[in-house]
Amino acid sequence: MSLNPAKRQIHLAAHFPGVNNTTVWTDPTAGSQIDFASFEYFARTAERGRFDYLFLAEGLRLREHRGRIHELDVLGRPNTLAVLAALAAVTEHIGLVGTLSTTFNEPYELARQLATIDHLSGGRAGWNAVTSSDAFHGANFRRGGYLDHADRYVRASEFAEISKALWGSWQDDAIVADADAGVYLDAERIARVRHQTRLFDVDALFDVPASPQGRPVIVQAGDSADGRDFATDHADVIFSLHTEFEDAQDFYRDVKGRLAARGRDEESLKILPAATFVLGDTAEEARERSREIALAQVRPETAITYLEQVWNRDFSGYDPDGPLPEVEPDTGPESAQGFANRHAAVRARIAKLRETAAAENLSIRDLIIRLTANHTFVGTPEFVAGEIDRYVQERATDGFTVVGHLTPHGLDEFTDRVVPLLQERGSYRDTYEDGATLHDLLGLPAVRTGAPVGV
Amino acid sequence: MTDRVHVAVALDGAGWHPAAWREHSARPAALTTAAYWRDLVRAADEAGVAFVTIEDALALGERFDTAPEPRTDRVRGRLDAVLLASFLAPLTTRVGLVPTVTTTHPEPFHVATGLQTLDHASLGRAGVRLVAGSTPAERANFGRRADGPTGLPESGHVEEDPQLVAAFREAGEVAQAIRGLADSWEDDAIIRDLESGRFVDRDRIHNLDFSGEFFSITGASIVPRSPQGQPLVTALAHQSIPYRFAAEHADVVFVTPADPAGTGAILAELAEAAAQVRTEPEPLRVFVDLIVLVEDTADAAREAWDRLEARAPLVTDARIVVGTPDDVVAEIRAFAEAGVDGIRLRPARLPADLNAIAEEVLPRASALLVGDDGAPTLRERLGLPRRASRHTRSEVSA
Repeated sequence: MSLNPAKRQIHLAAHFPGVNNTTVWTDPTAGSQIDFASFEYFARTAERGRFDYLFLAEGLRLREHRGRIHELDVLGRPNTLAVLAALAAVTEHIGLVGTLSTTFNEPYELARQLATIDHLSGGRAGWNAVTSSDAFHGANFRRGGYLDHADRYVRASEFAEISKALWGSWQDDAIVADADAGVYLDAERIARVRHQTRLFDVDALFDVPASPQGRPVIVQAGDSADGRDFATDHADVIFSLHTEFEDAQDFYRDVKGRLAARGRDEESLKILPAATFVLGDTAEEARERSREIALAQVRPETAITYLEQVWNRDFSGYDPDGPLPEVEPDTGPESAQGFANRHAAVRARIAKLRETAAAENLSIRDLIIRLTANHTFVGTPEFVAGEIDRYVQERATDGFTVVGHLTPHGLDEFTDRVVPLLQERGSYRDTYEDGATLHDLLGLPAVRTGAPVGV
Repeated sequence: MTDRVHVAVALDGAGWHPAAWREHSARPAALTTAAYWRDLVRAADEAGVAFVTIEDALALGERFDTAPEPRTDRVRGRLDAVLLASFLAPLTTRVGLVPTVTTTHPEPFHVATGLQTLDHASLGRAGVRLVAGSTPAERANFGRRADGPTGLPESGHVEEDPQLVAAFREAGEVAQAIRGLADSWEDDAIIRDLESGRFVDRDRIHNLDFSGEFFSITGASIVPRSPQGQPLVTALAHQSIPYRFAAEHADVVFVTPADPAGTGAILAELAEAAAQVRTEPEPLRVFVDLIVLVEDTADAAREAWDRLEARAPLVTDARIVVGTPDDVVAEIRAFAEAGVDGIRLRPARLPADLNAIAEEVLPRASALLVGDDGAPTLRERLGLPRRASRHTRSEVSA
């Protein structure tokens, strides 16, 4: 069945399994999260499933638990940009989107890296722009943890502005390459980019010619007011966490409603929340599998570790199948900077945990399952396909970012069993159009590269 | 009997001659396309070239060209070399991939993890050519710091410019960070122990805790140890400070003697520097750079060279070889006899001279070359053993 023009089209992104407890490594089929073969397998599966793009997270520092390296979950991952560049060589159609910090990069370098991937992939590059400011991650970088929390989005927004100006600074036809005349470049078609503010002092001539998309697709994941402003100013896609139907509709309306004021069309910003799924031949079987997977995602020691992170105490003596600890958290010395805020935040969080546990009489482990392993869609392939279609047709989302729990096979079942049903419904593509860019796949307006936008 | 040598090829844009893009055989409008680079590097791979280097810089212009930019008569525009190498990794099987990295601006942590990832994706064929220092154009592009070298001093001697000397110290710290982060995970740190529920053994992962003059890095790498352990570290060196830098930090150094007879003095200077500063366990491998233009006859080669030079003269301190395949083979033999470990050929024109190297030169030079014995990694192919992590315990704990 081909696309039904009367229906809203579903967009899907494929999240490569990460390094938190969503990813199950104890399964006998769980493979390497580092070998390139895993990424290639995952990308080829996503391409077989006609996904819009593959999505990679970013590693800036290894996770720690109470001052030591965290041992329980998958740990270690390759450099995001290098994996995307290598994937460009073994895929043909799928978008390649990486999470990259606006804090621990510089615009000139990141813009040329992303433009490089856009060239090498024939227009399939994307950037999930994230902010960070904490000293823990900063300790691995030249800049350190220097950035005020309040400046995170100021820097991110200016970073995006500079990047867009760099990407737009070469016209499509700036390279003349007239061998007889000896003219390689038309200098009139390249603009200098200047950006001098409190945070940046850039006076740049970009060194990468205009790439196939003009600029990569920009994704944004933050949910704060600043994050939403960034999204409506700069992003093409929002990677949200709103998956409850009504909540998702509210978020959708709010964000899309902000676009007109910025001169943007509704279709120019897609909302693709993260979603997990568990399939079964019957609803009952799917529920049982969901429970099994949740138990693998939240093993007894994982549940205890989760609480230790909140309380900042050693709970190794506690029974994960028993009730929550009744002791007070260790919120550090009262003289420490920010003590009052942190103290209050931890107290509030613990009160919330106690409330949830008490309301349903949950053990420690079941509480943590409720919080971290509550699968978004559980049911038969028909049910899951129907739900995805309903969310999109009824404007709760434009699709989903599918998060599997196994490396590298986490997408197999979804691709084999759910995707064909979406295609039968006429709201999901059967094939890729040759030469389509990621902008094209997402149904985003093309980026104009006619005139250089530098100043 | 002379020791056999390795052959590497240096790739940049349309070739090393500034007029190369105007040749009929050139593909000047394709220099940032996937197909162009795939074709070039596959040709090198199939011909048995040990590794390719890929040039890079963080500005539009050339490093020591002071003409105002954008210059319109030269190739301008390029791709990020580390990512280009990563793209080429799955498309090739044997050839080493050695991108250029400028050491002043990029985050050393990103550089190190990018190279580790290149090593994983290429199954052990990653290297890097480190370039010290920045140009005024690069600093303006980044805007992160104002100070830095403005070019070579009048004398041409690096040691007379404190900014350049400092840039080499910084490049040394980057080299240390690359090797240190590569070692931060022991080979067997991932244990997947079902009984204890531990994915890794944290005692086998080590924070770098590097604090230098120019930057500091606290944590371990985010990337587990790669097939080579450490990437192949290379540098180009023309004079004493760079020689010392290479002797201290590199596995391979590229040098530019004017002729075979001038090679001995450079080897002696490198050996003296190494005796003072080298801490790497293996001896420094020395490669001679040759710019080559190859045609079937000497006359045709001379004619092509004259055409290029009339359009834009090449400024270089590397030896230039213009001639037949046999002429290039004779040069390789002469430098092999002078005692170097390898030759890095810089094709004057791409793809023409690379194709001539692959199809005409290397088959004729086979008796002079170290063959590909199927060594699993680039380092091993060059006779450098896989490194154990510096943290690997010498005894097994109970």
